[in-house]
Amino acid sequence: MRPVPVCPVPARVGSGERPMKPIYDLAVVGAGPAGVAGALTASLAGLSVVLVDAGARPGGQYFRHPPAGFHAENPGALHHGLDGFMRQWETLRGRADVLLHHRVWAVERAGGAMTVRCLEGDREERPRTVTARRLLIATGAHDRPVPFPGWDLPGVLTAGGAQALLKGDLVVAGRRVVVAGTGPFLLPVAAGLADAGAEVLGVHEANGRFGLAGHPLLAAGKAGEALGYGARLARHRVPYHGRQAVIAAHGDPGGTALTHVTVARLNSGWRPIATRTVECDTLAYGYGFVPQLDLPVQLGCATRHDVDGSPVVAVDAGLRTSVPGVYAAGESTGVGGAVLAEVEGRIAGRAAAADLGRRVPLDPALSRRRDRLAAFARALQSAYPVRPGWMRWLRDDTLICRCEEVPLSAVREAQELGAVDARSVKLLARPGMGWCQGRICGYAVACLAGEDPTAPRRPIAQPIRLGDLAASTRPPSD
Amino acid sequence: MPDVVVIGAGIVGAACAYYAARAGLDVVVVDRGAVAGGTTGAGEGNVLVSDKEPGPELDLALLSNRLWRDLASSGPGDGFEFESKGGLVVAETGEVLGALTSLAAKQRLEHTVVASGELGDYEPHLTEDLAGGVFYPQDAQVQPMLAAARLIRQGAERFGHSALMLRTGVTVTGFVRDGDRVTGVTTDQGDILAGAVVNAAGTWGGEIAALAGVHVPVLPRRGFILVTEPLERPLIRHKVYTAAYVTDVASDSEGLETSAVVEGTPAGPVLIGASRERVGFDRTVSIPVLERLAAQAVALFPALAERRVIRAYCGFRPYCPDHLPVIGEDPRAPGLYHACGHEGAGIGLAPATGHLIAQALIDDHLDLDLRPFRPDRFTKEDSR
Repeated sequence: MRPVPVCPVPARVGSGERPMKPIYDLAVVGAGPAGVAGALTASLAGLSVVLVDAGARPGGQYFRHPPAGFHAENPGALHHGLDGFMRQWETLRGRADVLLHHRVWAVERAGGAMTVRCLEGDREERPRTVTARRLLIATGAHDRPVPFPGWDLPGVLTAGGAQALLKGDLVVAGRRVVVAGTGPFLLPVAAGLADAGAEVLGVHEANGRFGLAGHPLLAAGKAGEALGYGARLARHRVPYHGRQAVIAAHGDPGGTALTHVTVARLNSGWRPIATRTVECDTLAYGYGFVPQLDLPVQLGCATRHDVDGSPVVAVDAGLRTSVPGVYAAGESTGVGGAVLAEVEGRIAGRAAAADLGRRVPLDPALSRRRDRLAAFARALQSAYPVRPGWMRWLRDDTLICRCEEVPLSAVREAQELGAVDARSVKLLARPGMGWCQGRICGYAVACLAGEDPTAPRRPIAQPIRLGDLAASTRPPSD
Repeated sequence: MPDVVVIGAGIVGAACAYYAARAGLDVVVVDRGAVAGGTTGAGEGNVLVSDKEPGPELDLALLSNRLWRDLASSGPGDGFEFESKGGLVVAETGEVLGALTSLAAKQRLEHTVVASGELGDYEPHLTEDLAGGVFYPQDAQVQPMLAAARLIRQGAERFGHSALMLRTGVTVTGFVRDGDRVTGVTTDQGDILAGAVVNAAGTWGGEIAALAGVHVPVLPRRGFILVTEPLERPLIRHKVYTAAYVTDVASDSEGLETSAVVEGTPAGPVLIGASRERVGFDRTVSIPVLERLAAQAVALFPALAERRVIRAYCGFRPYCPDHLPVIGEDPRAPGLYHACGHEGAGIGLAPATGHLIAQALIDDHLDLDLRPFRPDRFTKEDSR
């Protein structure tokens, strides 16, 4: 096969070509499908736009792609719609300021202006501030793992993590791979790994077996996409099992590597009925996604519970949040995939332009498209719920919070002491107090506490050096 | 029927319940949320004597300090991280140091005046730009959430599960009265009749008092705390704070005040307080407050500049206009006892508060005169 070069993108674009503006019309946080579409739409409508993203390259989680110099044999196999996204990106770079490698640790709203506080760079990070009249939050979602015995072993990674290695670094996570969890995302992960040469031993979908022919993707007119994954999995002879899950992972005596997993057949509530062992060196698993709400919560944006119980930002038909001047698009308004995210980004960009007095013709078709895609997203969430039976997979010593090394027994002890909700479990037993601030364990702790997850309060969304925090009010040096 | 209903499962309610059960009373603790879910869960765990002006609050703090040590050395001490680490109060200027040492002399507390050049013996990483300080060995620290939870648990285990019951998720909606007398509470889950009711609702104590038709002006004062990444080796040995903290605590200012309070924790992170603002129950993040806390902490410990803050939280300290707590029976509603309004000192003052409430409940001799803390000392103007 002929190597296809992946388009080169400098790590930081914009500020070197033109000076930063003291105040932009619109700041966009997140360079995934929603953020790039929103930024481009707003800039085409005449707004001055700055786009900020933590990554070294645009694309967010979905359009994650390798850096210049790496070559994918067939990038099309890794992505749907990457070409279109990169064209948007190229257009945007010519029209807006783009700040890559900028992690946003806080946003503020004062006197009608939004201040986005960032840390630029990785090792030599430094504080940097961006100001705008309007703010579009398009920060996406992250994996939603549920804990099980052995989930902290090397070789066990989230489906999103495996996909990120493959898409971003062209690294195949392992040689003998098991894919498990729930949701349609397992299919592209398994297909991508198989295409890249891994032996995918099976896809274990914990919810009912739709079979690929009856897969909900078909019901939504996404037959091509579903059949595409199906064909790819069939070509690699990857079996697809419904009502099965990996309920434990096992390592060598030193705990240095994954050696095998326990696969269970489940009843409808996910209680194991029968088990077997599968030898493998890698497990990629995922149970859906958690929308990233740190910034909207900092600003006081109203949230609501989505179909799956996840807190998401409440928005109107123009993707306006409850806080004036703040918009949200993509997964933070409800997990629905890249296509919906792009549509929402465009709607939000148009709304921001219209709200700032630009002439924006109505586009009812765009709104109808959003409604249709959002309805489909809700149907998918209903088809792939997380059932409570996973809590029976846990043992007393299973770590619930890996940062603070909190086992299930400590969570149960906190509950015995009178912790009746996730917050008080955290206060008494420390799950969620470590580096990740509960991004990994928050969902599990809420389930164990018997409640829907609540919108997380993270006044500091990214770790920041005290010296930088002390100095962050100073104007940027350039 | 229990002898006492305690409203609030924070540290003060837990202490009231523990000492009342120890005195032989049957106690039910109710909370609308979880144990330690309010201000107890949003503090640092200060058990300070050093920051108190001579007077009734210092007397209360000294009694409480002794009781904390008793609790820590007997059963309930297991598992709430009591550390008798001592507090180091530092002064930036000679003038402040003079004020600090004269306060220390008036307090009649165990203390050591530390010259500028000797501060490093106490805290090797402390800045050298200080005029000196005073070391108070009695200052201590607890993990307040665990302390509240374990006081209730250990009380039940030591004095009987029927003597101390915790009911979470129960919201008090009013009081049962017999004439003026309070004879129980009404809740969203039915009435609970009792010989007496203790209002230990902390920042919400004023609202509970209002349900009984009495005026107790407890208001929220917001405080932010920064938490660093866990440090491999302890950088900070004691509670270290600037002398400005003492004046801020007693301040009547409406605006923002910050004064650095820096300390390590057994779990590894460094805690950095303490801001004080009167903004009602507003949780909106204030970046300038966080910046000031960071700047003050780095000024004290320059090595902290390279350490990362990984989270921040805020809580609402319950304060009264005269900065003293409200402790004792309310003559306007006999049978109703208040134990609230401890501002930022509730963790430190909880055992003494609980101990004195228990003595009052069984009509025993009081170890301390409660008149300075009496609930009917406020005028209507105090309510703001």
